[in-house]
Amino acid sequence: MLELRSVGYTVHEGDTKLDILKDISLTIDDHKLVVFTGPNGGGKTTLAKIIMGLVNPTSGRIIWNGQDITGLGITERARLGISYGFQQPPRFKGLTVRDLLTLASGDEKMSKDRCCQYLTKVGLCANDYLDREVDVSLSGGEVKRIEIASILARNSQLMIFDEPEAGIDLWSFARLTETFEQIHRTGSATMIIISHQERIISLADEVIVVGDGSIRHRGSAADILPQILADTLGGCPVLTKGGADL
Amino acid sequence: MMENQIDQELLEKIADMLGKPVGSFNIRKDSSCADRQSTENIQITDKTDGKSGIEIRIKDGTVGEKCHIPVIITKSGVEEMVYNDFFIGENCDVEIVAGCGIHNCGDQDSRHDGVHTFYVGKNSKVKYTEKHYGGGDGRGGKIMNPETVVYLEEGAFLQMESTQIRGVDSTKRNTKIVCGKGAEAVITERLLTHGNQTAISDMEIVLDGQDAKGRVISRSVAQEESEQVFYPRMVGNAASFGHVQCDSIIMGNAKIKSIPAVIANCPEAQLVHEAAIGKIAGEQLLKLQTLGLTEEEAEDCILKGFLA
Repeated sequence: MLELRSVGYTVHEGDTKLDILKDISLTIDDHKLVVFTGPNGGGKTTLAKIIMGLVNPTSGRIIWNGQDITGLGITERARLGISYGFQQPPRFKGLTVRDLLTLASGDEKMSKDRCCQYLTKVGLCANDYLDREVDVSLSGGEVKRIEIASILARNSQLMIFDEPEAGIDLWSFARLTETFEQIHRTGSATMIIISHQERIISLADEVIVVGDGSIRHRGSAADILPQILADTLGGCPVLTKGGADL
Repeated sequence: MMENQIDQELLEKIADMLGKPVGSFNIRKDSSCADRQSTENIQITDKTDGKSGIEIRIKDGTVGEKCHIPVIITKSGVEEMVYNDFFIGENCDVEIVAGCGIHNCGDQDSRHDGVHTFYVGKNSKVKYTEKHYGGGDGRGGKIMNPETVVYLEEGAFLQMESTQIRGVDSTKRNTKIVCGKGAEAVITERLLTHGNQTAISDMEIVLDGQDAKGRVISRSVAQEESEQVFYPRMVGNAASFGHVQCDSIIMGNAKIKSIPAVIANCPEAQLVHEAAIGKIAGEQLLKLQTLGLTEEEAEDCILKGFLA
């Protein structure tokens, strides 16, 4: 179980104090699929990074499986079963897709078949990709899918995905949502997914809308989706005010 | 054949040799020949012009054979200048494994200067591997200055992989490849320096014949106070294609200069160069840490992959 207790993150720019996250408390039970959604710049990614240890909170505590992990580094948290799929994964000259999957799984002798299973789940063919370097020769979408495959290979208790759909084509996206659905159905991991996609939001046990550094709403997909759609379809306030008829 | 542990470690590091190699070989230890074996197709003999070194003659049509010619220096104060000449016939497909290892436990410098000259016949394929390594805890320097000159005849192909593993205090590397009509050279250089070491690599690929191709991939890591300078040049004298790619990772207080040049003496020559120097990106370390590696393990993993 993951618990955040009054987590805050404040930065100072000159004399200005910016509250990126304000007093966030939440609990996520095991095997749940939780989606963080909300406007850009609202604090979703910072919140996810705080769970992985990529950002250190300026206040509050993080409790994972009953252990206070607030003071632990990224490596220690990874070894306690937390993993993180980056929104814009880095590239590595000289490291192949096979190297990355092997590192992620912790199994140096991981078979080609197992690598193939993970790559297939993100719509890639092992024969074409296993020995390719994760460098600039791969497109953004390819690197992103390899990143997600590395999280699947890591097979940790808590998987965090930051906008997994970004840069991924429609066909691969359909395959990806099936994979998330399958992990959720089999109860093999707890998942936190940052997403704006209706298809992913509809898979969630709970949707948490993060905006302006706070939790604005939380509830089931059925409750929250209509609110999001209503906000989205509200139109442009400037045009509406001016009486534009489009 | 040497038996002591230092010899065995050096030979394994520089030539992947575990025991006596299969096929032809010449092992040079502390400036003399320790063991040699020729085969029907690959003959190794002493040079006859008075210079120190060997001649390797490979018959036309030799396919699938290997030739190991490692050099090791295990005494402090040894300095040598060696000339090895390779005459490779036509339609061959062979692999040549060279390399130099110095173990210096004394206070005097040990130095190996080696000039390897290859004459590669028509339509022959050669894979040439050389690794350089320095070990031993003496104050004496481990110095290696390899020079490689290759002439590729029509349709010949050279794949050269040159690696400085670690422990070489000073190196000046000169490489010159001349590609004839339809010939192709792919040169991969990997180089690690640390401590106060210095490395200078001067490389020239001359695309002399029509449809010649050249490719240079240089990857280096400079750690601590070490310094590296690269001068890769691709010269197009005919309708040809050349590509130079230099990537370096800089760490500590190291210094790297990378000065690639592409020189076209023919309007049909297509030449490209890319050069990049940078430290290990923070996101790379973070990503590997999220996979359970410590920061040190992540750094090692990135460097190992980069130089692999």
